[in-house]
Amino acid sequence: MNNIFAKRRARLLAMKAIRDHHAAGETAVTCPKCGQMSDRKQVAQELSVCPKCGYHFPIGAYYRLSTILDPGTFRELNEKYPAGDPLSFPGYHAKQEQAQRKTGLNEAVVTAAGAIGGHKCVVGVLDSRFFMGSMSAAVGEKITLAIEYAGKNHLPLILFAASGGARMQEGILSLMQMAKTSGALARFAEKGLLYVSVLTDPTTGGVTASFASLGDIILAEPGALIGFAGPRVIQQTIGQTLPEGFQRAEYLEEHGFVDAVVPRIRMRETLIQLLRLHEKGGHT
Amino acid sequence: MSNSLSAAQRVAIARNPQRPNISDYIDALFTDFFECRGDRLCGEDAGILGGVALFHGRPVTVIGTRKGKTLEENLKCSFGMPNPEGYRKARRLMRQAEKFRRPVLTFVDTSGAYPGLEAEAHGQGEAIARNLYEMSRLTVPVISVITGEGNSGGALALAVANRVLMLENAVYAILSPEGFSTILWKDASRHDEACEMMKMTAPDLLALGVIDDVIPEPDGGAHLAPAIAFRQLDRALRHHLAELDRERGAALATARYQKFRRMGAAAPQKETQ
Repeated sequence: MNNIFAKRRARLLAMKAIRDHHAAGETAVTCPKCGQMSDRKQVAQELSVCPKCGYHFPIGAYYRLSTILDPGTFRELNEKYPAGDPLSFPGYHAKQEQAQRKTGLNEAVVTAAGAIGGHKCVVGVLDSRFFMGSMSAAVGEKITLAIEYAGKNHLPLILFAASGGARMQEGILSLMQMAKTSGALARFAEKGLLYVSVLTDPTTGGVTASFASLGDIILAEPGALIGFAGPRVIQQTIGQTLPEGFQRAEYLEEHGFVDAVVPRIRMRETLIQLLRLHEKGGHT
Repeated sequence: MSNSLSAAQRVAIARNPQRPNISDYIDALFTDFFECRGDRLCGEDAGILGGVALFHGRPVTVIGTRKGKTLEENLKCSFGMPNPEGYRKARRLMRQAEKFRRPVLTFVDTSGAYPGLEAEAHGQGEAIARNLYEMSRLTVPVISVITGEGNSGGALALAVANRVLMLENAVYAILSPEGFSTILWKDASRHDEACEMMKMTAPDLLALGVIDDVIPEPDGGAHLAPAIAFRQLDRALRHHLAELDRERGAALATARYQKFRRMGAAAPQKETQ
């Protein structure tokens, strides 16, 4: 029985991951960083990383999950949680529907229970294709529900951040999700459970200033833009050009805000190591 | 109370440089204020003022964003936009308040956290996040007052409170209306329209359940008759503090978190299996 379900889950995630993984057809991909063309298959083998310069292409949430989770363990949490419009913001609903059609996502985050290297865990992934991964009330709520689910079931938690910051159309209620998710993590921490935060390109604004910065362990993908204020705003404020590499993952590592910069191809094995190292936690 | 003001008019009042600032509130509402400086890590940020004072004879921890009144003060305080050192100082003082079992009263008037190179290098995001995290578990009463402009995570980092009060003409939002209209419409001139849509006024936020009480101001704004505004605020602080005094420490932390936990949540639904 279990086997049938596992196979079905594996197929489901594989289908969603393929849908996530670029439009089919073209055989060559041009890297926006180095400008060089690469064979699509080769890029895919590297988990959507440019084989020439190591640029990490943005990837969809389901595809990300397929690169991390053990096959057949994916079980989505709160898949149908509704996208909201708490301020009845003009034109917002239509834009949400458009984003949903384009991405196949309900909102900007996918949360799931699964296993990594045999370690059961809860994983949440923000998807920058949906309103730039911005924090809506639904995103804050789904993340909080995932934190609570992990806490209730004594499971470690891994959250992949990718966000432009606040969801403008939800105004102050977007802001309040920062307090909600941070407070939920404080309660999760009291149970002695592990939370790994992974910062991917871009992690900015309210997401940086809440759950993304609160991991017991904080990892980042190479070259990811990570900061509170956007580089353009800073440049306008201080009136001088910003140094090379400012607010990139390596810069944060150097300044003490990231434990390790981990290339995508090594992310799964790094997570397995961390989960193994924390195996005995949280069962008092 | 003047209910006829538009959101844009309230923004203008909230930003009036003559409006009472943190030092005025401290002088009017507290006695024996002792300023505490420094984050005990590496710095001191004048953009946040904090210390211990007596409120009707009772020790409290007071923390507020500071803009300064002269240009020299403005520059020193980054015009009321705090740096990570300021948020970390605030956190230190909140922990201290917990140790000595005294309430925390915060005053918020900021256009946001300072968007600077050093602020980023020193972890502005982490500093704010850590405040949200720690404030959610404080076991002493926390009351926050939005006195002028409360923008973005830079305001929220001092406002995870059991009671969030707003002066009648204060505004509280995800960012400035100028920033909002620039991001959404690439047009800063649609400022007035943005003000209305953002639901940033005290009555709007009370209706949304984001704040807990509105403090009436004299006609035209608190700067025209500050003594009246101070008296109203004093009365509200005493009232809310008396209510919170009836609760035990752990219950205060739980109630505070649960209030934010409910914000923006859709009707409860069953977890998908």
